[in-house]
Amino acid sequence: MDVLVFESADSAVADVVDGSVVLVGGFVSAGTPSNLILALKRGGQTGLTAVANNIGLGDLLDELCEERQLAKVIATFAIRASGTRSSRFEAQYRAGEVELELAPQGTLIERLRAGGAGLGGVLTKTGLGTMMAEGKQVLELDGEDWLLERPLRGDVALLKAWRGDRQGNLQYRLAGLNFNPVMATAADLVIAEVEEIVEAGEIPPELVGTPGIYVHRLVQCDPVPVRWDG
Amino acid sequence: MRPGPGALGRLNIVTAQPPTGLSRELIALRAARELERGSVVNLGIGLPTLVAGFVKPADDILFQAENGILGYSGISDSEFDSDLINAGGQPVDLVPGASFFDTADSFTMIRGGHIDAAILGGLQVSARGDLANWFVPARGGGSVGGAMDLAVGARKLIIAMAHVTRDGEPRIVEECDYPLTAERCVDVIITDLAVIDVRDGGLSLRETAPGISPEEVAEWTGAGLLIPDDVAEMSL
Repeated sequence: MDVLVFESADSAVADVVDGSVVLVGGFVSAGTPSNLILALKRGGQTGLTAVANNIGLGDLLDELCEERQLAKVIATFAIRASGTRSSRFEAQYRAGEVELELAPQGTLIERLRAGGAGLGGVLTKTGLGTMMAEGKQVLELDGEDWLLERPLRGDVALLKAWRGDRQGNLQYRLAGLNFNPVMATAADLVIAEVEEIVEAGEIPPELVGTPGIYVHRLVQCDPVPVRWDG
Repeated sequence: MRPGPGALGRLNIVTAQPPTGLSRELIALRAARELERGSVVNLGIGLPTLVAGFVKPADDILFQAENGILGYSGISDSEFDSDLINAGGQPVDLVPGASFFDTADSFTMIRGGHIDAAILGGLQVSARGDLANWFVPARGGGSVGGAMDLAVGARKLIIAMAHVTRDGEPRIVEECDYPLTAERCVDVIITDLAVIDVRDGGLSLRETAPGISPEEVAEWTGAGLLIPDDVAEMSL
């Protein structure tokens, strides 16, 4: 089954509705779907919940704060330890205009994996005895405590890969995998920006990082240069 | 056990200045010496990233970055490639035999006990090895990254940090008052003044920085500190 190839990032995200939960792949500059993020900015959708590793570290997700499109962020890096630099997100968070749910990185990825894999949750030691355990169930199994973390899914996932073929198979580049392959499994609508669209068969099967059945839309975009601003 | 004066002792020296100890680079060098040959190591953001610059190829250390790299050698001087960064967003060079993987695999390594040692920064460490390093109460919000998973999952946890805050308050305390990263997780604390082991639920001084006495370390430590007879000076 062929994937839908869109002519532009703007058209690929045009029907994302207000209030959607949007999974955003990438880790600072690596494997980050910056073209799709900027398309959402131009699209003007509001009330969004963004699920991403980071916001406000020189990444473009912070741009969605310019017109207050985010209602909530679920992330692992959100507020810098030092107050010398501040993001738009941080200013809105301090003003009480956007909600933040911070999650340990290993827990965030397993919640997404559970969401994509049809599992009811994850039991982890991470976060036990800390603020992360507040309001969550602790299960004692064979005399050991485990923190129950619930699955997380998105309405939409925005991914970045190096190449995509017309069946939606994705091939990643270097450390560009990070959150992308798991997020591909955990959303109802999966949109990937790729540097090149190729015919089926051009990506050797053993180098497919995300099998095409997870991917609904592809758009070819030149990568946007992004770098952590320190 | 010969306890240091701890928090009470601080009351008597409130106007004193902490002694000048190691630079950040020398703390990183001493932390690098703590790594066993052939081990798999994750370095936290900040001071710990400097450690990569102090290991030699003969040490056979394999560095893991939680964003999905096993086998980088250090910060790269070559042209920036946005897809080739460590967990601090810095460009890195790879070693032969390096591999890439996704975040689920990365934390399988970390939580699953496949990482021999992690070196993280710290805000506070308690007498029983509780760590606080992700949330500054005065700033709020916080950034946790992979710190909680590393604190729980790394087989050995080394904290590299300044011995006291800029305001001269001890970072090593009886009880952390900053929110915890994990309980009872720290094995070794390396600061500008000392190397301290956390063992059997207490703190034991192993080494002092050149020119620093065990008594000075105890004075600037806000928790009971065992001072064995064989405390050594760090060799740097």
